[in-house]
Amino acid sequence: MTASVQPEPGSLPAIEVRGLHKHYGRHEVLKGIDFHVAAGQVVCVIGPSGSGKSTLLRCVNRLEEPSAGEILIEGVDICDRKVDLDEVRSRIGMVFQQFNLFPHLSVLKNLTLAQRSVRGRGKDEAVRIARQNLAKVGLSEKESAYPAHLSGGQQQRVAIARALSMNPDMMLFDEPTSALDPELVGDVLGVMKDLAQEGMTMMVVTHEMGFAREVGDKLVFMDGGVVVEEGLPVDVLSNPQHERTQSFLSKVL
Amino acid sequence: MTRRERALLVQVSLYVVLAAAAITLALVADWSTIRQNFWNPDGVDWADGNWGDLIGTGLVNTVKYTAIAFAGGLALGLVLALMRLSPVAPYRWLATAYIEFFRGLPALVVMIFMSFGLPIAFGWTPPGGTIGAGLIGLIMVAGAYMAETLRAGIQAVPKGQTEAARSLGMRPGATTVKVVLPQAFRIVIPPLTNEFVLLIKDTALLFLLGAAASERELTSVARDFLSSGPSSGTATSLIQAALLYLIITLPLTQLVAWLERRQRKAVR
Repeated sequence: MTASVQPEPGSLPAIEVRGLHKHYGRHEVLKGIDFHVAAGQVVCVIGPSGSGKSTLLRCVNRLEEPSAGEILIEGVDICDRKVDLDEVRSRIGMVFQQFNLFPHLSVLKNLTLAQRSVRGRGKDEAVRIARQNLAKVGLSEKESAYPAHLSGGQQQRVAIARALSMNPDMMLFDEPTSALDPELVGDVLGVMKDLAQEGMTMMVVTHEMGFAREVGDKLVFMDGGVVVEEGLPVDVLSNPQHERTQSFLSKVL
Repeated sequence: MTRRERALLVQVSLYVVLAAAAITLALVADWSTIRQNFWNPDGVDWADGNWGDLIGTGLVNTVKYTAIAFAGGLALGLVLALMRLSPVAPYRWLATAYIEFFRGLPALVVMIFMSFGLPIAFGWTPPGGTIGAGLIGLIMVAGAYMAETLRAGIQAVPKGQTEAARSLGMRPGATTVKVVLPQAFRIVIPPLTNEFVLLIKDTALLFLLGAAASERELTSVARDFLSSGPSSGTATSLIQAALLYLIITLPLTQLVAWLERRQRKAVR
């Protein structure tokens, strides 16, 4: 039995994935995934490397093109040709393992570029929003620094602030702490925890079991391109039902 | 003899041979004749010598033509590079065909074709007369080379940069202009500077097309002074032109070396 958190009646799930397949040539990475994130929910996805969890996340804003299946963002199928994908993406914040800050721009410009070019905000408004978000991640004093002069943890917090500056409806995190030195992980997780407490809808691919247990509303375990088990984090982590989940958790916990 | 003594002996004898060769050359050479033919006092005189025309006309025009060819080649190269990376296959084929075609030809052939061939074949003369036609030819060839340099620069920008921009909702065009190209240009500054040095030297090919006196570049002016002017009948003006070329090209090649060292040190 898997316990699953039902979306609030009447409200559309923020993210709904139906029958998602993805293959590269003959290599099948996702073998029919059904997955959803309710509005305001924090869903963590765990699993061994090569399980397809990052591919699943990258399909949600179509950085990876699904081979088959449906991806609904707030009820709208984003694989529909009539949908303006760029508009949808501007409402989905994304945080990468390698930060991917723009190295030729200052921290402040990193945060204002898309606000101005996508949201059409004026300079003053974009700067004001950027500063609010920099303050939120605790890096106000770094606004004129360049990414190369920041630590990995600082870069990742700037990346989170950059995504937040678009006022997204939801956030995707692709192993946000995997490239960080251990002593820098805590700051980034702290920012993510604050976000979750503010009610942000979040999908987090992670290896941080502590974060998943403490902050997550739902935990999804993937292996071999399928969802093996999902449920309340405390249930999945403490009392895994499936043998593959047990063997994975015994290695990482 | 120990190994160290033997090494010392070899070194000393190498210096002795070098010194003997230098002394022999200095004694045998007829320095006054050499000076007369290669650094003629009348030719290198500051007031009445060749310098005025060499610098005022030749060097100025060389720099001007190089700047025009570089700017034109860069613009053409950028268009070709973007075509080569286009998702639309026919654009890629066209750009590839153009680049391979013009990289495989001597620049001189293209320049002669533009200035002589086009007017004969189509009755159409490119703007700017002979020099204009030659420069168009130079631009067509330089564009092909710069396209490859720019393409490599664009492809050296990590894929995550495009992904970050697109995931923020930026359109493909804005992503290219605001995120990818600024980083690509930084990467290609050293190879583009090299391209600039090559173009300085290639403008000498304009000499073969012929031009009015005021339009001549450095090599043409120097060639004129071989048979006329104060040092006529000597190679003095060519030596002077060589020095003027080096005054521009040497600092630039040093700059490239410095930029490349700095780039290698910079940690992303």
